[in-house]
Amino acid sequence: MMRPTDLTLAEGLEALEAREISAVELTQSFLDAIERLNPRLNAYITVTGEAALADAAASDARRAKGEARALDGIPLGIKDLFCTEGTRTTAGSNILGGFVPPYESTVSANLKRDGAVFLGKLNLDEFAMGSSNQTSAFGPVENPWSRANDPEKRLVPGGSSGGSAAAVAARLAMGATATDTGGSIRQPAAFCGIAGIKPTYGRCSRWGIVAFASSLDQAGPVARTVEDNAILLRSMAGHDPKDSTSANLPVPDFRAAVGRGVKGLRIGVPAEYRLDGLAPEIAALWDQGLDWLRAEGAEIVPISLPHAKYALPTYYVVAPAEASSNLARYDGVRFGLREKGSDLKDLYERTRARGFGAEVRRRIMIGTYVLSAGYYDAYYLKAQKVRALIRRDFELAWGKVDAILTPATPSAAFGMDEKQDDPVAMYLNDIFTVTANLAGLPGLAVPAGLDGQGLPLGLQVIGRAFDEETVFAVGGVIERAAAFSATPQVMA
Amino acid sequence: MTYTIEGETGPWEVVIGLEVHAQVTSHAKLFSGAATAFGAEPNSQVSFVDAGFPGMLPVINEACIAQAVRTGLGLNAEIHLWSRFDRKNYFYADLPQGYQISQYAHPIVGKGEVEVTLADGSTKIIGVTRLHLEQDAGKSLHDQHPTKSFIDLNRSGVALMEIVSEPDMRSPEEAGAYLAKLRQIMRYLGTCDGNMDEGSMRADVNVSVRKAGEGFRTRCEVKNVNSIRFVMQAVEAEARRQIEVWESGGTVEQETRLFDTARGVTRSMRSKEDAHDYRYFPDPDLPPLVLEQSWVEQLKASLPELPDQRRARYVAMGLSPYDAHVLTIERETATFFETVAKGRDAKVAANWVTGDFFAALNRLKRDISDPPVTAQHLGELLDLLADKTLSGALAKQVFEAMIETGQAPSVIVEERGLRQVTDTGAIEAAVDAIMAANADKVAEYRGGKEKLFGFFVGQTMKAMAGKGNPALVNEVLKAKLG
Repeated sequence: MMRPTDLTLAEGLEALEAREISAVELTQSFLDAIERLNPRLNAYITVTGEAALADAAASDARRAKGEARALDGIPLGIKDLFCTEGTRTTAGSNILGGFVPPYESTVSANLKRDGAVFLGKLNLDEFAMGSSNQTSAFGPVENPWSRANDPEKRLVPGGSSGGSAAAVAARLAMGATATDTGGSIRQPAAFCGIAGIKPTYGRCSRWGIVAFASSLDQAGPVARTVEDNAILLRSMAGHDPKDSTSANLPVPDFRAAVGRGVKGLRIGVPAEYRLDGLAPEIAALWDQGLDWLRAEGAEIVPISLPHAKYALPTYYVVAPAEASSNLARYDGVRFGLREKGSDLKDLYERTRARGFGAEVRRRIMIGTYVLSAGYYDAYYLKAQKVRALIRRDFELAWGKVDAILTPATPSAAFGMDEKQDDPVAMYLNDIFTVTANLAGLPGLAVPAGLDGQGLPLGLQVIGRAFDEETVFAVGGVIERAAAFSATPQVMA
Repeated sequence: MTYTIEGETGPWEVVIGLEVHAQVTSHAKLFSGAATAFGAEPNSQVSFVDAGFPGMLPVINEACIAQAVRTGLGLNAEIHLWSRFDRKNYFYADLPQGYQISQYAHPIVGKGEVEVTLADGSTKIIGVTRLHLEQDAGKSLHDQHPTKSFIDLNRSGVALMEIVSEPDMRSPEEAGAYLAKLRQIMRYLGTCDGNMDEGSMRADVNVSVRKAGEGFRTRCEVKNVNSIRFVMQAVEAEARRQIEVWESGGTVEQETRLFDTARGVTRSMRSKEDAHDYRYFPDPDLPPLVLEQSWVEQLKASLPELPDQRRARYVAMGLSPYDAHVLTIERETATFFETVAKGRDAKVAANWVTGDFFAALNRLKRDISDPPVTAQHLGELLDLLADKTLSGALAKQVFEAMIETGQAPSVIVEERGLRQVTDTGAIEAAVDAIMAANADKVAEYRGGKEKLFGFFVGQTMKAMAGKGNPALVNEVLKAKLG
């Protein structure tokens, strides 16, 4: 048998069901791997080994009684943006102090309901604001991959779900929860050579997830295969009356869609994504992806998303605006960090100055600015109008195509010392992903090849709202054609 | 006649608009399931949503929406089938989320109007600009500890209706009458209990002054006034202050002020320059609120009769406009009256309720919710009057006994033998006896001293222990005295 940590999630379920391994053994394998590699990768902020082993034992007992559930015994990591009852939740920030939620987020509760075992809480950019996992108050996460010609250079795993992607790539979890506000699932998945899907806005409940930008935030899984993503998403998704933006729709059997194929599907190629200066390797991979789909019977259709070029500036108005308001509750009054002050205002200022890192402060200031009297119309309102146009671009496209294929990121993972001085260069990481958030559409990142340095590159499949099935079908074809089998240098 | 305040430069008109905050009568808060009872232990009615915990989300309470729509219908206002919740951002220790969810740009209820009746019997229409739903904040207690403030979040998230009037009022009386009318309508609807001393209703009072024929001058807002009387006092105090400012050559600056109820003056709270920039924007946690017309129609069809309709109906029943007004001020009073009047003479019922019954309430310092005599018993008393079992004088005796004992009038009549005597034979016997005993007076009467008639009535009634039917007694005396 393979080493337990090498199993995909689907294989893990089979092995558990075949009694080739117990949930306790499987969980222990991952805990051992975490103990060995986490000091270097820093993917986990909190490891909950004891609870994980107890849950694994309970899972084995259920399976023995023939009562195994959909994810029974599968060890997962949970992004530390999801509130977990009784386990410290940090959002990667100092401001939450030692906050231990007295409640469980809906998504993580759904996973528990299905028998999953939680290994611990995964590192992330502070409040999910970042594309390199370097804004975390708990230190940066290292990408388990490295460049062939510069193996000592430490690379970022992407962000904000950098801990989730790095942990899954390095086999420190079979899968992980993540969230995506502008690309925070897809970009780190691409940087770490794994798959990750941001579902349609409303597919997964936001209840119990520390909010960044409410109209854009969406939870989703990251895992090594498209199929594993489909399995996880089915458990995570579903209507939640506690989230008014949660969609009251049945959750399809996503896994069944993965092998469906693309015969007869029309795949859109947006002209506007052929950016000036797009890296030739990225462009070539994109063309390769289109060829794979064509070979499987899809029709490739050029489309136009004329307002896509405004997506990034639009995003960097809308997201900070919502964040500036969402983060007002971290004021030192009821929970988390409190710095003493001479009066209430002083308490606020000291607490928030000490508790928030530079990038979060920057976004709060941008957001406060764009909502201010006299600037609201020029920034926030204008951004909302552009957002509506971006949505309309997609609606028009769906008249011609069933899914859209784009690169996931404009480059492979970069060095920890790169792009540090220029926030705008960092923001450009989201250029291909952010439109799906603004339009509320599902987007799947699939590892599709390696660059000249041996670093993974991903392609992105965007689909119609609530049509994750087609997205999985297209992703499944890409995955099988790419036959991506490279593994990171740092791995259990 | 127009109300004016006489200044050194002549008369000044007062212009008033009110923003009334009314707590929605509901079991749960606007966006959480937490309870809303008044007077509960501090921080005992707080959910994680109300306390602004990480990851918590608001979910609208449909019952609160229905209450706002019902109130809008009661104000003859447009109901907006599409409305939206915005965030009003500001920092305060008793505002856990760091923003208040409120309907800033798109309120659920639009223009409406309210007719008020003034003391001279005249009526006036006051325009309602809008009604919107919003969350209340918690309460900061600064007097519990020398250096610390205490925070009670029980009110945090409680549903409020903010009802904004047009600047249509021109006197303290009109402002008071408008507030009283809003309170009355909401109490009829059961959408706000109107308990101003518990904070269920409070008003921000916008006041400006002007010379006759002028446009509006700068207004000031007097915040959080919590009784009808204080609203009337605040209007006058603020108007007089502004007149002084203008007349001494100054300029009234737009600002927020507080009414000092002890000293009867307003004082500055913050100027326009200090005003917050609330950075309103649509709350991304809440989709727009979309109502079905049919749902609104259902609510409309199930509205109770409102005070104006009820008053008109009473006038049509033959009541004086004054009685109709007095009986409809409180819904409970009207209900009491209707129970008394049911199947009986409405005017007689109104006279008894507004007369002896109200007098008893006042005398005993009791409330219509705790009446000393039930409406059923009072109705039975009227029946005993109508079938002549009781005379008017006897009825008043029985009424007093009802208050004392709580017994039904029929029981009292039986036990105390207070039945009116309508037996002509018995009356004739009594009259004969009186005439026999007072032969001199009979002679004087017959000799032309007709005012002695009252003496014979009094003596007869006395002999009959007050139970003789007065009309029959008169009739028999007239016949026998010739």
